[in-house]
Amino acid sequence: MVIRNSQPDEGGHWGPYGGRFVPETLVAPLEELTSAYLAAHDDDNFQSEFAALLADYSGRPTPLFHAKRLTEYAGGAQIYLKREDLSHTGSHKINNALGQILLARRMGKSRVIAETGAGQHGVATATVCALFGLDCVVYMGTEDMRRQALNVFRMELLGAGVQEVNAGSRTLKDAINEALRDWVTNVSDTYYLLGSALGPHPYPLMVREFQSVIGREARAQVLSQTERLPDLLIACVGGGSNSIGLFHPFLNDRVRMIGVEAGGRGNNLGQHAARFNQVGGGRPGVLQGTLSYVLQDQGGQIAPTHSVSAGLDYPSIGPEHAFLHDSGRVEYVSASDAAALEAFQTLSKLEGIIPALESAHAVAHAIKVAREMSCDESIIINLSGRGDKDIDTVGRLRLGTNQ
Amino acid sequence: MSRIAEVFAKLKREGKKGFIPFIVAGHPDLETTVELLVELANSGASVIELGVPFSDPMADGPVIQLASERALQHGFGLKAVLEAAAKARQRTNIPIVLFSYYNPLMQYGVVNVIRDAKEAGIDGVLVTDLTLEESDEFANALRAKELDLIFLVAPTSTDVRLQAITLKATGFIYAVSRAGVTGEQANVSAAAENLVSRVRKCSDLPVAVGFGISTAEQVAKTWTYADAAVVGSAIVAEIERCAGAPDIVQRVGNFARALGSYLGK
Repeated sequence: MVIRNSQPDEGGHWGPYGGRFVPETLVAPLEELTSAYLAAHDDDNFQSEFAALLADYSGRPTPLFHAKRLTEYAGGAQIYLKREDLSHTGSHKINNALGQILLARRMGKSRVIAETGAGQHGVATATVCALFGLDCVVYMGTEDMRRQALNVFRMELLGAGVQEVNAGSRTLKDAINEALRDWVTNVSDTYYLLGSALGPHPYPLMVREFQSVIGREARAQVLSQTERLPDLLIACVGGGSNSIGLFHPFLNDRVRMIGVEAGGRGNNLGQHAARFNQVGGGRPGVLQGTLSYVLQDQGGQIAPTHSVSAGLDYPSIGPEHAFLHDSGRVEYVSASDAAALEAFQTLSKLEGIIPALESAHAVAHAIKVAREMSCDESIIINLSGRGDKDIDTVGRLRLGTNQ
Repeated sequence: MSRIAEVFAKLKREGKKGFIPFIVAGHPDLETTVELLVELANSGASVIELGVPFSDPMADGPVIQLASERALQHGFGLKAVLEAAAKARQRTNIPIVLFSYYNPLMQYGVVNVIRDAKEAGIDGVLVTDLTLEESDEFANALRAKELDLIFLVAPTSTDVRLQAITLKATGFIYAVSRAGVTGEQANVSAAAENLVSRVRKCSDLPVAVGFGISTAEQVAKTWTYADAAVVGSAIVAEIERCAGAPDIVQRVGNFARALGSYLGK
């Protein structure tokens, strides 16, 4: 199936999903942000400044790499890696952070806040704030601070204040709540630099647009290297920014797409973060400003989640993904903690590339499906980030299984 | 005329102002909530806001977050909250406004929740994160059951938005005193007075002011320019302090009476 148009309506709705579910105090600031974003989007100066930063500061374009040993190991389709892990700061998050920091400057905001799960978005935000000399506060759950200690140190080194969040499950969701509370309190001088294709309109649209550089580059690169479009795209999906960034420029093509959610350690609510699972998955609901699939109990209380990767550990998903799911345009599957850990090591050993645990979910599923495809077909995996931050976690878990 | 409209009309006739306490259903437990509703009604309250606990209260400060967390530990659902309201309704005529985030209402089903709220004797509903633009379905369902739809307005709301919101609102308008989450403040923001006068330019509905009001002096100050004062976190904090005490209901009642002590003056 080909989707001609995955544009939201004026209110930020993709079908029944998306929109703006926030306290009244935030509506006018979101309207102001929407106008500023739309004006910037159509402004050649803004676009050329953004493109220059992506090239000269972040090092784009990132390569599209033919992973021959991984291909041989899987024994089927040709596997290509879109190397977002080679971006400055080590993940695709810098694309969106650069776009939004230019917007914050245009809007005259002096203070920037952000939430972070794995710490990659926090690092990207701290980085762009250092680059432009803006005050930066990053909210992070204490559970995530524990498992991503390296990124906490990086943010502090970059001059950001890391604010610990002890509420709820002490992960990404709770960090977003605190960031929203900060924003609603300091809305006149503060820019909320949201890191995924989530939250109230215009964030899901804006983040997708800033991340679409991934798919535009990949499309041109694969055409130049193989003289044809790929058969399949695979990306991990937490909030959904790296996946929508890769997928969006291919939506009008006859290319199959799979989003890989965190399957965690089981199918029961609380053991995973797979919103689209048939069993134990989510259903439409409203969380943190948007209507999408949400992991929740019968009464609409948000459910706890689990994933070995902090960046996928979130009970809801970007609204455009909900729309693409229902329309059937994108397939969604999940990969377990164990499968991701195995893929983490496989890619490290076969290609000399240590992936982020988030991206390892995509690699795990790619190995599985490549086997069922022929060697004249091709797959692009979005390797959304590098795995240095996860070395300790993987080390601990490997030790655990050996004992 | 709705019960809420009647209360405000009566206050106006008598030259009085309203006092609106907020409590979280199930904090510390649902049996106490029933008693608190009755006691607050007898302690000078004009209307009571009954909060539906939610796991992710993004517009609330630490006091209401904690109360919500404690309430949720009991594991009850919205149905039990409505049953508690129905029990209180048999003993008091005070208007009760259900105060909730949208997701628990949406999961119950918009039509069902409004039908059951009506049966429980709820008079109006305020949904913290349901913006005007997203509220059509909910507003229509409320109208069909003749329940009031209370909207928040904020200092950041533009005049155009105030116009649109007051057109759709019924019962009263809840003006948020300042940009921020719920919680006590040493000084109630001057922005509140300005906001109330902007609301008055486009609507004849009564205006209640809330967020940050925690003392009798602040309540009285609010009455100089608004029709009612909402006190949330200060009362919820008092309930938290009294949790487990055998005389919790009486003590919270006394606390509320003291807050509204300028009542009628």
